[in-house]
Amino acid sequence: MAEIKGFMRAIEKFKKPGSGRGNRVRRSRREQRTRFVSLLYLSPSIIGVLVFFVIPFLVVIYYSLVNNPVQGKFVGFRNFLSVWNNDAFRQAAGNTLRFSFTAVPLAVIGSLYLAAVMESRIPFKSRFRTFFLSPIMVPIASVVLIWQVLFHYNGLINEVFTALGGTKTDWFKSDFAQIPVMLLFLWKNLGYNMILFMAALSSVPHDLIEVAQLEGATKRQIFFRIKLRYLSATVVFVTIMSLISSFKVFREVYLLAGDYPVSSLYMLQHYMNNTFRSLDYQKLSAAAIIMSLVIIVLFFIMYKAEDKFGRDVED
Amino acid sequence: MEETWKTERNAAHLLAARRKRRKEMGEGVRIGARTVILLFFAVLFLIPILLTITNSFMSASEINANYGAVFATTESGGKVFISKTVTLKFIPDMVSFAQYGSVLFRSPEYLLKFWNAVIYVVPIVVFQLFVAMLASYGFARYRGKVRGIIFFSYVILVLMPYQVTLVPNFLVSNWLGILGTRWAIWLPGIFSPFAVYLLTKFIRRIPTSVFEAAQIDGAGEWQMFSRICMPLCKSGIFSVAILLFIDYWNMVEQPLILLPDDALHPLSVFLSKINAGEISLAFAVAVIYMIPPLLMFLYGEEYLIEGITYQGGIKG
Repeated sequence: MAEIKGFMRAIEKFKKPGSGRGNRVRRSRREQRTRFVSLLYLSPSIIGVLVFFVIPFLVVIYYSLVNNPVQGKFVGFRNFLSVWNNDAFRQAAGNTLRFSFTAVPLAVIGSLYLAAVMESRIPFKSRFRTFFLSPIMVPIASVVLIWQVLFHYNGLINEVFTALGGTKTDWFKSDFAQIPVMLLFLWKNLGYNMILFMAALSSVPHDLIEVAQLEGATKRQIFFRIKLRYLSATVVFVTIMSLISSFKVFREVYLLAGDYPVSSLYMLQHYMNNTFRSLDYQKLSAAAIIMSLVIIVLFFIMYKAEDKFGRDVED
Repeated sequence: MEETWKTERNAAHLLAARRKRRKEMGEGVRIGARTVILLFFAVLFLIPILLTITNSFMSASEINANYGAVFATTESGGKVFISKTVTLKFIPDMVSFAQYGSVLFRSPEYLLKFWNAVIYVVPIVVFQLFVAMLASYGFARYRGKVRGIIFFSYVILVLMPYQVTLVPNFLVSNWLGILGTRWAIWLPGIFSPFAVYLLTKFIRRIPTSVFEAAQIDGAGEWQMFSRICMPLCKSGIFSVAILLFIDYWNMVEQPLILLPDDALHPLSVFLSKINAGEISLAFAVAVIYMIPPLLMFLYGEEYLIEGITYQGGIKG
């Protein structure tokens, strides 16, 4: 995330008149050579990224604005409107957002809690860290079996529920189908986030905490007033990474419930897969652009929020 | 008079001592409570993995008896109905390696799909790393405005989900005529900017004076790249390799869209399509598929952690 911040600052600097421009010094020969070498080493990657991502994405923008790729008649925003008004897209977007807005806060708060406990005085610290990290390395395909067994209509979870006086639910066919998927998501992602928070917590300056302790701050005050402010950049980063993984939750859903899940599990990637199958390039392109715009807007909102909240503790 | 003063002082002393002791005891209790909480979570985290492993050592009839119902309902074509209830068992009645035997020697399709996964993942990891090593050296060697913009667009690309990036990938594969072949997975994977992003962060930690000194000593660019830069970021390369490996070992979205032919799918997709007649094999296959990443984890946990923290930009 530091990149985005640096880039925004660079833009701000660039906008100010008088700075940066005008003082162009003639570049020495040696610098020109370094520039050339740098470009040479960069070229394989740049060519690949251009060919496989950037150029086709420009075409995606073009496709989203025309009636079909063959005729190429400009239709303005009609494709966007037809995607936006499509029921399947709405449902998929709604489900994905509902999932993200529940799972991401849970993932951030849960991992922050785990990290805070892990950073305090406890025995077997590295052993615990290994345990919490291990789900990262397990392919989802390998554990969905256990999830299917646990959440089956006659499975353990339902048995526990009935023992406690509840009723049985057919989890993957009910409106609660997002719950087992969310648990799988948290199981898989908490360890990754925890590592990020642990690293950030250990970088909070120690003398600051000691001063606060001497002045009689309670543990809660130290955590919320000092540590959390130093953590703000990491909170934003973890939120963004969890958001990205939550968009990938199609993986879990597909492996658990297949191509045609219950309506509450119909995710954006399902919509994309179906549109791919019908080869509707215009819709596909418009949907991809809508999503990338939503994501970029979300990132910049978070960046701005972090900039406001964490500014006074930086540098 | 004096007596009371003495006892008072004594009492104050005792009180302070007791308070101190209580505080220490409180700390002990707190550590104990924390450990219990962590143990609880650790058990939750480990149970799915352990269950998969122990269940893979059950005999076919035991698995069918326990879980037949699960897969008979999820795969409607199934015929195996031995028991209606699903019993989750930790320890097999009798340890048997029969499932592994039949996966390894009698059902070649699982091994083929496993091999497919290897065929996708290894070249992607190796070549993406190679391209990224060159590119990150390029980024580190010269930092100008244009390179700043390029790097920024790489970051944005890294953050984009598959729903966005797969559309351009699909279009290019279609134009190049590689849709439905292994190249459709390999090429976008190799040029994905993730490794460039992370390795650049590692390399930028190397002070520029190192390069200047090498240049004065007469080192050429290639020598600086291969003899100085790469050895210095060895740990970074390992970290990126591990992160890339898990990501592609787990792939589901790309094969579903870019490979219409099931025969080319890796095991990560194929495992979910196991049919009711073969559920006894499922756990053994699942364990076999877990082994390579778990081995990497055992030997490279430190690198994994380093990679994650660098990704977060907390160090570097």
